[in-house]
Amino acid sequence: MAKPASTLSKNADALGQWVDKRLPVSEFWKAHISEYYAPKNFNIMYFFGSLALLVLVNQIVTGIFLTMHYKPDAALAFGSVEYIMRDVDWGWLIRYMHSTGASAFFIVVYLHMFRALMYGSYQKPRELVWILGVLIYLVLMAEAFMGYVLPWGQMSYWGAQVIVSLFGAIPYVGDALVEWIRGDYYIADATLNRFFALHVIALPLALLALVVLHLAALHEVGSNNPDGVDIKQNKDENGIPRDGIPFHPYYTVKDIFGVGVFLLLFAFVLFYAPDGGGYFLEKDNFAPSDPLVTPNHIVPVWYFTPFYAILRAVPDKLMGVVLMGAAIFVLFLMPWLDRSKVRSIRYKGLGSKILLTVFAIGFVRLGMLGMAEGTPAETIESRVWTVIYFAFFALMPVVTSMENTKPVPERVTT
Amino acid sequence: MSKSETSESIQTQTDQGRRNLLLGVTGVVGAAGAGLVAWPFVASWQPSAKAKTVGAPVEVSIADLQPGQMARVSWRGQAIGILHRTERMIDDLDRVSDRLADPESDQGQQPEYAKNSHRSINPEYLVLNIHCTHLGCIPELRPEVEPQVFDDDWRGGFYCPCHKSAFDLAGRVYSGKPAALNLVVPPYSFTDENHILIGVDPEQGAA
Repeated sequence: MAKPASTLSKNADALGQWVDKRLPVSEFWKAHISEYYAPKNFNIMYFFGSLALLVLVNQIVTGIFLTMHYKPDAALAFGSVEYIMRDVDWGWLIRYMHSTGASAFFIVVYLHMFRALMYGSYQKPRELVWILGVLIYLVLMAEAFMGYVLPWGQMSYWGAQVIVSLFGAIPYVGDALVEWIRGDYYIADATLNRFFALHVIALPLALLALVVLHLAALHEVGSNNPDGVDIKQNKDENGIPRDGIPFHPYYTVKDIFGVGVFLLLFAFVLFYAPDGGGYFLEKDNFAPSDPLVTPNHIVPVWYFTPFYAILRAVPDKLMGVVLMGAAIFVLFLMPWLDRSKVRSIRYKGLGSKILLTVFAIGFVRLGMLGMAEGTPAETIESRVWTVIYFAFFALMPVVTSMENTKPVPERVTT
Repeated sequence: MSKSETSESIQTQTDQGRRNLLLGVTGVVGAAGAGLVAWPFVASWQPSAKAKTVGAPVEVSIADLQPGQMARVSWRGQAIGILHRTERMIDDLDRVSDRLADPESDQGQQPEYAKNSHRSINPEYLVLNIHCTHLGCIPELRPEVEPQVFDDDWRGGFYCPCHKSAFDLAGRVYSGKPAALNLVVPPYSFTDENHILIGVDPEQGAA
């Protein structure tokens, strides 16, 4: 029996060579998987990049199937989502995988971004990796927002009303711009229809392109690690980093373990709390949209609430919108705001540790305030945290250039 | 050697000025063409002819509207509220003036005939576009005189659930709120004692 098997493998080899001469498949596999050397000291914070990719695939696959039943028409949209939930075989599962996936996407991406802040993964030479990442985050927000509009429930409608009106704060062209985005004099069928097109075609294409660029830039400069040590400084006689291990099989195995744990948690939410207790799918969105009545307690989905709290904290329309936009765009500047000689928080001084801790608490707290009722005390607290949010970025150049850092080891630790 | 000679000889034959001119002209024509092709796609996002034609005036009967009640109708896709104000509501309008951003309605948020202390033609009936001037949500009507979480001395008014702007019972915005402008008073007129025509100024054609 051994002989036919070896003939088979010979044939497979021949086919492989035939393809390789025409398309560099094994070269690509080597460069990006089997001979892509990543630092050997990745920790738990390094699960979230591959998990983000997994969730992206989940969103695309479930999204394609939802598109087969959904109707992008103001008169039919709400009913078609209920039809998916009640009448389409397994439709509820596909829809909940998509809606839970949206929240999972942001959980994973926020942790991924926090990892970058902790270990200085945005510092030279990874500026473009970081910038492309922030662009992904921006497109993801637009994608999530437009997806949330599609069920055409009360929160969809009024969420669209508020977000689109933000553009009206721009001096001179604001009102014309809002009308252009809506395609009507109010949030209407035209708006829903174009958001559908953007959500299912334009933005996913942009997202995929950005993800490819993000990974291409990463693989050019190499992955950072919890020590922030540049492993390319120390190579063996074959030119392989002494502290590097090939992505496959070492990190594919690690990531598959991460995927297993993630899917356990994901499935738990999916089957036992698909609306995330009102945080993933808000209760008011189970009522059809009504252009004459705004729900009493209107807040965006949890992943937008930190920025929403900033918007609400400012008692001026234009300034509120400007500050909210600045809160996101300031992220692009991170590589140049951090003047530290070291990358990782492990070797930075106390000042950086305090800054990052307070910033993380502030971001979470703003998220909570963005969901709250908005009493005067909460408004004042939002203002305090808004100042702290921007102080993190403003103080960073000062703190990182003045503080004493610890010596960074030559090689990665554990 | 021979290779470099060849490339050199090609180089000398190149008319760099001519090449730059051609590149420039192609670039400019190409950019203009791209702009022209982009225009139909950009313009396709404008409100369609169909959307533009839906704008007829709306007539509302107020015969059954009790004091303190508000009717809501849709005009040009906008929510319009018609509030039948009580005596108390009208009297209270002056009491809050000092806490408002624009108590005299100086900003052009209403037609001339509604630029008065009660922002209406007939003090009893307030006709308002009830979309918040901040980001377009519809504020709740909270007509009662009772302390609110956002205001201890609330004399009744509108309260926006989205970003917590507050308006008095003439649609005038309280100062220090996200919204800077008073609620808009749409053009309207009384066709008779019991009917309001929204979208038509008094003794004029459709606005």
